[in-house]
Amino acid sequence: MTIERNTDIEIRLLIEAIYLKYSYDFRDYSGASIKRRIQHALRQFELKTVSALQERVLHDPGMFMQLLQFLTIPVSEMFRDPEHFLALRREVVPLLRTWPSIKIWIAGCSTGEEVYSMAILLREEGLLERTIIYATDINPSSLEKAKQGIYSMHNMHLYAENYRKAGGRGELSDYYTSAYGNAMVDGSLRDNVTFADHSLATDSVFSETQLISCRNVLIYFNKTLQDRAFGLFHESLCHRGFLVLGSKETLDFSAYSGTFQALAKPERIYRKS
Amino acid sequence: MNAVRVIVLGASAGGVHAMLTVLHALPPVFDIPLLCVLHLPDNRHSHLAEVLRRRLKRPVREACDKEDIGAGIIYVAGPGYHLSVERDFSLSLSQEEPVHFSRPSIDILFESAADAYGPGLLGVLLTGGNEDGARGLARIKQQGGQTIVQDPGEAQVATMPRAALALHQPDHILPLNGIGQLLASLEAPEC
Repeated sequence: MTIERNTDIEIRLLIEAIYLKYSYDFRDYSGASIKRRIQHALRQFELKTVSALQERVLHDPGMFMQLLQFLTIPVSEMFRDPEHFLALRREVVPLLRTWPSIKIWIAGCSTGEEVYSMAILLREEGLLERTIIYATDINPSSLEKAKQGIYSMHNMHLYAENYRKAGGRGELSDYYTSAYGNAMVDGSLRDNVTFADHSLATDSVFSETQLISCRNVLIYFNKTLQDRAFGLFHESLCHRGFLVLGSKETLDFSAYSGTFQALAKPERIYRKS
Repeated sequence: MNAVRVIVLGASAGGVHAMLTVLHALPPVFDIPLLCVLHLPDNRHSHLAEVLRRRLKRPVREACDKEDIGAGIIYVAGPGYHLSVERDFSLSLSQEEPVHFSRPSIDILFESAADAYGPGLLGVLLTGGNEDGARGLARIKQQGGQTIVQDPGEAQVATMPRAALALHQPDHILPLNGIGQLLASLEAPEC
């Protein structure tokens, strides 16, 4: 009991220290998951206590960047949850067309798979040329990978299958070239993409948008921080703009549930009301 | 003995049948919430909640992120996400690495629930073909909760119960019928 109690205290102190020193705010992340990730990092760094980790992190920014890779979870796929992209294509694209220019915010873009999936969909629908995509994340090395758009060929079979189920009009291989076991995404897909460091915990709205996609990010936030994020999305979205969440995420338990309507609930597509 | 506020239940191979046997023994009104992890293939849709709801004629739901735990409801973890209990007794999902090749993982549910409920938690580990759940069950005991392991002699696959017994001495080692009766005898705490 005592050991567990100490760990809980140490974790709070570490998170506070990270916030004070590096301005990364994990204070309102879901506690259970952040505890496991810190303990996982401890094992990898071969440290015995969270206090020892705190000392290293406070005095060595390089160590903090290493820890950040544990604290964020870069799990992503191209066209992940294909039915979601299919619903975007069928339900949202016809409405998006009605705007002369489109701004899309992909919040928590991780290593970029969601960004390129969205860009491919928009290109096939003839909308990419008049769209600006803002792709944001808190993890600089994820953003760097996202900008490069290089993915292991190993995953491409799954992604190609996803792409077909998502209503793709060609072949996924039309959008990448393969070399040395990697797939390099067609660079023209990111001509209108701006990658930027942005935190849903500490930063504010930077642009008006027509669509925001934030998938499998909010599950790592507690209700307070979820509401902050929903508040930012509500502020950024234009009248009748679209909000797209991950397949297990919902507005139902949020203070903002009344300010959005479900357009396609199983696919987690909402519309600002 | 502390009143049981929540029951967590884990199983793998042979788990659907085992869970149904245990849960069939519960009285029609049973207020203590149950949180269940059954190892599933990582495809996006699962009919587990539906199957259990039909067979048990009780409220069974796939757990949603940030949902508060409600009395009398059986929650099952959906495929592809770990299920945890937060300190404010809400549920949360995550996509961390699989544990023992499993996502959802029994260890993750058990350990987080042990942190949240301490002595108010009862953990039950049934049949299964790997070691997931053993560490979580030990944590429940360490945090003052109660533990039950299915009798490995009766389990369809004994690896999971045996792994649990190798890590700690549970409060009870019982066959499925005995587990069902014991759960049925628990009274929901006065709220």
